[in-house]
Formats: sequence, structure tokens, C-alpha cells
Amino acid sequence: MNAPEPFAGEQVHSPVRHHILSVLVENKSGVLARIAGLFARRGFNIYSLAVAPSESHARFSRVTIVVDAESAPLEQIVGQLDKLVNVVAISDIAPREAVERELLLATIKTDVANRTPLLDTLGNAGAAIVDVDPGAVTVMLAGTPSACDDLERALEAFAEVELHRTGRVALPRLGRNTQATVEH
Amino acid sequence: MELTGAQALIKSLEQQGVDTIFGLPGGAILPVYDPLLDSSIRHILVRHEQGAGHMAEGYAMATGRAGVAMVTSGPGATNIVTPITNAHMDSTPLVVITGQVATSSIGLDAFQECDITGITMGVTKHNFLVQSAHELPRAVAAAFHLATTGRPGPVLIDVPKDVAQSTMEWWYPSGVDEYDLPGYRPTVELDEAAVARCVALIEQSERPVLYVGGGTLKSHASAELLAFAERTRIPVVTTLMARGAFPDSHEQHLGMPGMHGVYAAVMAIQRSDLLITLGARFDDRVTGKIASFAPDAQVIHVDIDRAEFGKIRRPDVALQTDIATALRSFDAAGAHPKNLDGWWREIRTWQANYPLVYDEPEVDGPLRPQHVIESIARTAPAGTIVASGVGQHQMWTAQHWPFEEPNTWVNSGGAGTMGFGVPAAIGAKAGRPDRTVWCIDGDGCFQMTAQELVTARSEGIPIKVAILNNAYLGMVRQWQEMFYDERYSEVYLSPDLPDYVKWAEAMGCVGLRATNVKEMNDVIDEANKINDVPVVIDFRTDSTEKVFPMVPAGVSNDDIMVHPSQRGGAR
Repeated sequence: MNAPEPFAGEQVHSPVRHHILSVLVENKSGVLARIAGLFARRGFNIYSLAVAPSESHARFSRVTIVVDAESAPLEQIVGQLDKLVNVVAISDIAPREAVERELLLATIKTDVANRTPLLDTLGNAGAAIVDVDPGAVTVMLAGTPSACDDLERALEAFAEVELHRTGRVALPRLGRNTQATVEH
Repeated sequence: MELTGAQALIKSLEQQGVDTIFGLPGGAILPVYDPLLDSSIRHILVRHEQGAGHMAEGYAMATGRAGVAMVTSGPGATNIVTPITNAHMDSTPLVVITGQVATSSIGLDAFQECDITGITMGVTKHNFLVQSAHELPRAVAAAFHLATTGRPGPVLIDVPKDVAQSTMEWWYPSGVDEYDLPGYRPTVELDEAAVARCVALIEQSERPVLYVGGGTLKSHASAELLAFAERTRIPVVTTLMARGAFPDSHEQHLGMPGMHGVYAAVMAIQRSDLLITLGARFDDRVTGKIASFAPDAQVIHVDIDRAEFGKIRRPDVALQTDIATALRSFDAAGAHPKNLDGWWREIRTWQANYPLVYDEPEVDGPLRPQHVIESIARTAPAGTIVASGVGQHQMWTAQHWPFEEPNTWVNSGGAGTMGFGVPAAIGAKAGRPDRTVWCIDGDGCFQMTAQELVTARSEGIPIKVAILNNAYLGMVRQWQEMFYDERYSEVYLSPDLPDYVKWAEAMGCVGLRATNVKEMNDVIDEANKINDVPVVIDFRTDSTEKVFPMVPAGVSNDDIMVHPSQRGGAR
């Protein structure tokens, strides 16, 4: 018997939990709301989202969406996304085939006691100090998501930290093909 | 030539060949109603904006062209959200124009302001907030292109009042390249490899079924379907949205599948080894419990919308194209299944054992709703268009009306919008004045949108409305009887309140009533003779009548409940 397998929630398309969709969209008002609304009403989970003007920035923007490929089959997410009229092209990049970067900014209270361990932590992580006042520093790290994870964990040892991360942006590794690229 | 935005909007609609707009004016859309006076376009003034939307849907379903509705901002716009949602669920081409407050007032909670593009984002194929008069022609052209190509659907154009009042130098986009839709490519190249895989599956099959959905009507593929079916002898089922895509009188037609489908149609799918799915989307009303739906079948899924592939049921072959192209490519390859004699013998046994049946009405009444429908159909001219609301009467009509040609069935499928029938029938008649249009309605549905009969009378649109008056919200009553221990909660409506005959007369229509079989035949004859004004007939039907067969929600199609007289094994 050729029983159909239940489709919803089944992880058949990707051996990894997260997938990166690099989505080229028209630079028009409301486009981000259309994407966010689609994900909300279809029950697709967004892990992180970054939006910025693309190389042809007057007309198009690039949205990098890290999706939870367990919340829905990836082909469903891509198929529904592609139906949005303002979506021009979608590249599906498996994490191992992507160059991914993220920016982390953090402000940490400083005093005589913590200055040295803080500088060690920043040095180890390759983070830079971008703003200073007598009682605090603001530091930044542009790196892989895991490097940002490491620094975030290391900074937990310090008091009164305010921390922001941008969510990742990604491009395909050179010399590799992206999966399921939908280019019009 | 310098025009106002309002003039440019109307002129753009004329360029699109629009002959009818269903609408109701108000403050924000006021400027657009002025040049309408000078236009050849017929405007039908509705009594409620929901009516305008459903009329535009009925027009679209009966003509195959986009329906157009125009309303004002705020409540005018929100009142048409239900029809937009309905059109979105049923892939009906619709262009809805809404007035909006002036651009300088947007976001300031101005009088009758609402974010209608935001509200309808999830229920339109696309929408536009037009920012300048110059952009209006492009928005209109793009809206019609989007609404009618690919998988059709509703498109909304929101027009701020100052955009309608400002001036522009008239232009009109000369073609798709000027629509500014870089992300929209509705057609794809035919995947010949997928066609070959479809053909291979068809050639291996011994128990194939053509599972025909609404997309077959949308792609005008009835002729191709008939040719393919007759050449291959493959049995055909037509879903609620596809009634009329294949003649009911054809010996290969098993009827409608699904929750209230014909037994043979349901069982043929369940025992099939190959579902050739044509513009259908495995709706829960068709599949029943999905895990046990057509368990032995391989699936060919043909659809113009690739997001349907694997949404519910994973296809063995997905073919993204329109239905007519797919069927022609199967025919060109000479696809032919194995000998189907054994399969047909099995199907004929199901048909013989479990036909659609109902109890004969008592001579003195009450009437049987199925008998009323069949009696109307028997005297209706060929090509009659039938609309319905949503509920028991809709299912009985889908089961018992003999559909013979495309675009003769106007109903609300995916959304299940009560009150759809009367306005949709008016829209259908406005689009096809040459056809007789019946609305088979329920008493609950009728009370939701009946005021549009005032529109029908004043606009000279003589539809015929049959109210199957069982004094209940019948479908809910049926579920309460069967699944809630006959605990009837908030479903009784009364047969006499309102008085449907007086109400019809108050709206300028002819009102008739029938309580027994003789009266039924008499009033149908009388209604058939009236062709100048709308007719409303109050048919007093049996409150306890239920729709059978029935596959209860979430239950396997294998456990279909047939009519009580057929239970206890095959006869």
C-alpha cells in the first residue's frame, strides 16, 4: 500500500532546522508588512529578519529571512512567499552554503574591577570599542552568528549590559549553487 | 489631454472594457462618482456594500470576466471585506475600488478613515494605495492583469480623495511591461519532463479518477476535459467549485465528492490508484480525514499555483500549468490507462446501490427541499444560472441541480459566506441578462442580504429566488441533531417571521408561497412566466430534512453516512 505521509510539520526538505531565504523585493511601502503578515497567517516562524537596500537600491531591497524549516515545509514557505506580487526573487541558501554575518552592539557598565576582564573578553572575541564614557563602554562585533553567540554569553558575566543584535544577513558562498532559487 | 484623477480612473475602467460597476457612493469616493455620469459604464446602486461585492463576484462567475465594485472609505470599505475574502478563497477575479481620505489626512484618524490596504493584505491577491493621479491608469491596468491571470483573485485599489481631485496628463500603459510588476510572472514554461511522468502514471493506472476542481473552470478547460475523459474513459468527479465543468448527464460523471458528495464519487476517490487532480486543492470538505484520504492513490496535481503542491497532500507528480494546457499535453502524448472495465463495474455497483435519494413529500406538505430543487430545474430553460447561499440548501442544490455547462453555478465555497446568494444572483443576471437566473436560498441566508432585491427591482434585474424555508439555520440544526444530542441552540428562526411574501412585495417583487406539492408546481409555473420583476417564493419545507450522504468533519471518507433508507447494507 502506498499510504501518503502526513505533510504538515514533517521535516523532509532539510536536514537542518534553519534555512536562509534571501528575498529580493520591490522597495515599496508595506512590503515588509506583506511578508510578516504572510508568515503570521500561515504559521511560518521567522528566526531573524534583516532588511536593507539592495545593489539596485532605488527599486529593490533585500530581505534576509532565517526561517524555521520545521514550522512548515520549505517549499510551502517559498511557494507562498513567491506569490506576493512585490517579491521579485527568492534564493534559498542552506546554512553550510552561506556566508553569514551579524552585527552585535553592547553597552557595559565599567569600573576599576571589571575593566581588565572586560578588555580580555573583548580581545578574545575580536570585538571593538566604539564609544566610551567614564562609567561605560559600547562595543561592537561584526562576525558569524556563532561568534556573536559566544560574545553574548561571555558578556553575561558583566553587570548592566544592554545588547542589540541585527539578525543575520547572508550571501551564497562563492562557487556553490543555491538550492531552489526562484529567479524570475 | 488633462484629466482629473477621477476622470482618469473612469476612463481607465472603460479602457479595460468594464461595462458594469456595482457600488455605493460616499464622501471619499465622491469625486469619482461625478465623471461616472458621463460614462457608458452602467453603475448598479446597491443597498449595502457587501451586496456590491457579492454582485461583482456573481458577475465574474457567470461571465468569466473580472467583476468590479466601487465603495467609499471606512465603513464602506470594511463592508466589502467579506466579499473580498470570499473571492480570495474561491479565486474569483474581482477589482474593488475604495475611496480613501486625502493623503494629507492618512494616519490621522480622519473621518471615515481606515487602513483598508492593511486590512485586506491577507485576503487580496494584491492591493494598491495610489499616491498620485498619474499612477491611476497603471494601477487599474495592473489590477485587471493581476485579477484575471495566473490564479485569479481579488485586487483592491485604494484611491485617496485628493488623488481623485488632482489633475494628470492622460496616458494609459500600452502593455504588461508598463505595469511595474517585476515580481509577477503568472505563466511558466510547460515542464515536459513532468508531463512525461504524468503520462507514465496514467498508463500504469487501473483505477484512475479525474478529480476536477474550480481551476478547471477558471482555465476554461471544459472542452479539453470532455475530450480527454471520453478518449480515456476515466471517471470524473467535480467538486463544489467545479459543478458544471463536466456535464452531469454524462455517463462518466460520478457527481460531487466530499462531505456531502455522491457515494460513488467519494468511494471512487477512496479506492482509486491514481488521482488526476485538475485545479483542485484537497480542501478538508473533500478529503475528510486527510490521513485516510485516497490511501492507495498516486497523485498527479495540476495547478497554476505551485504553492498548492504539497500544501495538504504530497503529489507524486506536480505539473504547474493551466488545466487546458495540461489536458492537451496528455492527449498529445496519447496517455491512456489500462483496461477500466473492472473499475467501471465496481463504480456502477456503488451507483446502483447508493444513488442520491430522498423521501417523497407528503401530498399536503411539508415540501421536500430536494424535490423543490428538482421541480424548479425541470422547468428551467437550458443554460439557467443557479446561485445559492451557504448551508443545507446549497448542498442540496449542488447535489440535485443538473449542471450541464460551465459558469452556470454561482456559490460560495471556501469561505462559506451566508447571504451570498441573492446579491450573487443579481450580479450574474446583470452580466448575463440573456439567461434565466434562479437563486436557491435558505431562510437564514435570505435574511442576511435580501435588501438587495430593492436594487434588483429598481435596476430592472428580474431574478427568481426560491427560499427553502425550514424555519431553521438548517445546517447547524443538522449538526446539533446528529452530534450534539439534539440540543438545539440558537437555530430556530420561525417560518412566518418575517412574512416573506409581504417582504418581497414591499421590495417591489412578486411574492409567492407554497406549502404543498400542488402549490409548489403552480408557483413555479407562475414564476417562470414573470420576466420583468424579481420573484420570491416562500417554499415551506420539512425542518427535519438532513443532507445525506455525509462524512462528518474529521472522519474518514470510508465512514460515509448514506441516507437512512440505504443503511443496513447494499440492496
